[in-house]
Amino acid sequence: MNLSFSEEDLKFQGEVRSFIAENYPADIKNKMDNGIPVSKDDIQNWQRILSKKGWFAVNWPEEYGGTGWSITQKHIFQNELADANTPTLVPFGVSMCGPVVYTFGTQEQKDRFLPGIINNDVWWCQGYSEPGSGSDLASLKTKAVKDGDHYIVNGTKTWTTMAQHADWIFCLVRTETTDIKQQGISFLLIDMKTPGVEVKPIITIDGSHEVNMVYLDNVKVPVENLIGEEGAGWNIAKFLLAHERTGIGGIPALKREIRRLREITSELPLGEGFLKDDDLFMDKLNKLEIDLLAAEYSELRTLAAMSKGGHPGPESSILKIKGTDLQQGLSDLFVEALGYYAHPFMSEDDLISNEGRIGPDFAANVMPHYLNYRKVSIYGGSNEIQRNVIAKAVLGI
Amino acid sequence: MDFSLSEEQQLLKDSITAFVDKDYLFDVRQKNINSELGYSSDFWKTFADLGWLGMPFSEADGGYNGGPIDLMVIMESLGRGLVVEPYIPNIVLAGGLISKLGSDEQKAELLPKIISGEIQMSLAFSEPQSRFDLNDVITSAKKDGDNYIVDGYKAVVMNGPSSNNIIVVARTSGNQLDKEGLSLFVVDPSAKGVSLRNYSNVDGSKASEITLENVSIPASSLLGSEGTAFSALEEVIDLATLAISAEALGIMEKMNEITLEYTKTREQFGETLSSFQALQHRMVDTFMAYEQTKSLLLMCAAKLTDKSDDAKKAVSALKYQVGISAKHVGEESIQLHGGMGVTDETNIGHYFKRLTTIRAIFGNTDYHLKRYSAL
Ligand SMILES: Cc1cc2nc3c(=O)[nH]c(=O)nc-3n(C[C@H](O)[C@H](O)[C@H](O)COP(=O)(O)OP(=O)(O)OC[C@H]3O[C@@H](n4cnc5c(N)ncnc54)[C@H](O)[C@@H]3O)c2cc1C
Repeated sequence: MNLSFSEEDLKFQGEVRSFIAENYPADIKNKMDNGIPVSKDDIQNWQRILSKKGWFAVNWPEEYGGTGWSITQKHIFQNELADANTPTLVPFGVSMCGPVVYTFGTQEQKDRFLPGIINNDVWWCQGYSEPGSGSDLASLKTKAVKDGDHYIVNGTKTWTTMAQHADWIFCLVRTETTDIKQQGISFLLIDMKTPGVEVKPIITIDGSHEVNMVYLDNVKVPVENLIGEEGAGWNIAKFLLAHERTGIGGIPALKREIRRLREITSELPLGEGFLKDDDLFMDKLNKLEIDLLAAEYSELRTLAAMSKGGHPGPESSILKIKGTDLQQGLSDLFVEALGYYAHPFMSEDDLISNEGRIGPDFAANVMPHYLNYRKVSIYGGSNEIQRNVIAKAVLGI
Repeated sequence: MDFSLSEEQQLLKDSITAFVDKDYLFDVRQKNINSELGYSSDFWKTFADLGWLGMPFSEADGGYNGGPIDLMVIMESLGRGLVVEPYIPNIVLAGGLISKLGSDEQKAELLPKIISGEIQMSLAFSEPQSRFDLNDVITSAKKDGDNYIVDGYKAVVMNGPSSNNIIVVARTSGNQLDKEGLSLFVVDPSAKGVSLRNYSNVDGSKASEITLENVSIPASSLLGSEGTAFSALEEVIDLATLAISAEALGIMEKMNEITLEYTKTREQFGETLSSFQALQHRMVDTFMAYEQTKSLLLMCAAKLTDKSDDAKKAVSALKYQVGISAKHVGEESIQLHGGMGVTDETNIGHYFKRLTTIRAIFGNTDYHLKRYSAL
């Protein structure tokens, strides 16, 4: 057993770190560090910087513009990005649609769609969920009926993250009604500018606009936008679930945030001292850190197994549950740390204005983050569904 | 032994429940919290007309002689309706302190107007460093002839923005953490040197940051005698803790009902969510969390009524449990709703937000666990 990084890995880490230090735009960093929401432009700007360096589509095969990095290097890279508090890379194009296109698409489709993704010219969103089909995704009803060289698509997608920014949406649609609901589903790419596509915002409990309803009303989609065979959509969706398994727990960001909370306990006044004098609070913080350490080493075990050629199996479900548990637990500890100062609600305008914030500088985002992060145990396969997967796949029951 | 309500208390409960179900509709509430005032002055008038504002005051003060159990009944019912009108700051905190400590003139001047809903008041007790410790007060008041000069900063003052008068806790002697040396002043927020920064809280209520700079306050505005406010303050906050715990219980009861109902109608995999055993157990647990809280609430209300020796300890036991159960019931209700739980459109998320702020108001679980252990 040897749990340390090699000389070479450490050198790589240094290289990544200095690249970020030199190229991470100060205005974006300032927003991220001060809890001011980043814009679409900010995200694209940052992603393009990585892209220019060849460090954006890190997991893609080299022939399509990937890095060819080892699993350990990818892990180091993710850690460094999180450590520097850079904006989370939007997964819909680079981690979802891209891999589907280069794995299942025709040469023509690869040539048409991959450059837009890797250069950040096209913003994608994911159209899976529907009002009636959440956990039971395969029950989806959005219909695509072939009409000559087009599909006519009708249906409603919901919870579509950042659809308001998107140029394109990849959808699961029903091309055939079959006895087994998983059959008859197809994977279709739709240009959001097509007549009949309408996006309506859904505001979430933290007051933000992150998700949307997407109405598809007689939308005419060329047949060449179908990826894979007609009826192969469910297999593609399953492939995507198996892809990008590591990093699902968000552990690097958790490490940064727990470090931040520890700093905060020395800054927040409590009586004549500081919050760090409160044993009950510090106990909770330390317990969470131990739990995080266990999760971190679980992830490293998975990575090590993968480096030796193993396939990540249901470990990703474990990491998803544990990671999201920790994210929610930590967001709650931030709320507790603030006491009454977690309660004032600042709108986005308040955050940007010069009037000054209420309470400690970092306070404004704490409660919204706690509220917003209720989502992490709901989406990406809810934690109940993940437990069902573990029961079946690991425990064999 | 009898845990049931008296006939009058049952009537009170029925009348508030009827109001909440019929008039206090979710979209009306949402419109009101987004208005400048942040609540409905018409509803406040209704509360006065129906006698709810006068309930905790003695007959001599123009009230109905209600005790902790009546207060519990009111707040539990208001909680079920997610009522945002500022009952606790006006009636329990400010009204409670005036009726406890006020001179005859002060009572005659303020209480009738509080009870009739004519004026709004609040209590400024917390400071940035104090968290939940009532004795931790830096704001100072120094005697200057017939006046006091008050300097300091008060944090997250509930109902500050609408208040015609604010009771300010200030130190007239002693050190930052001393229980001795605290005094209360009735302050006019428009007085020279008082500035308010008003805002909305995440639960839809309104609050203020209050800066007091060289504020000259006539000695006639001192509430009670100089330097001895702590015990009255503690008693009033204890009663307010019972009140807000009752509100939390009403919210939890309602959230459990809404969630159960939702899981009975939402179908996935060809079955209702309520048919999944994994979820059934979760709902049994949130129901039990509610029951545990209810038991402590009733115990605490009885002990406060009897003025038992261990009443303070009962308050901390209750609020500790409220903190635990509120987190549990709140988070589970959202989870079981799936995506619907995190939208702003449905009421469940708004109940969750109020339940979450209540976890901290008048002391969170850690604070009350420590207080319980120390008592
Ligand atoms: C903020 C946010 C962003 C999202 N972004 C996207 C996106 O970009 N694209 C997209 O397609 N979708 C997105 N989703 C949708 C997400 O994938 C669904 O919310 C998720 O699949 C759960 O579905 P549901 O909300 O319909 O809940 P339901 O499926 O109705 O579930 C409700 C509750 O029941 C539980 N449950 C369901 N079935 C079982 C069972 N068999 N056993 C035990 N418990 C069960 C669930 O775990 C949950 O707690 C997003 C959701 C959120 C909240």
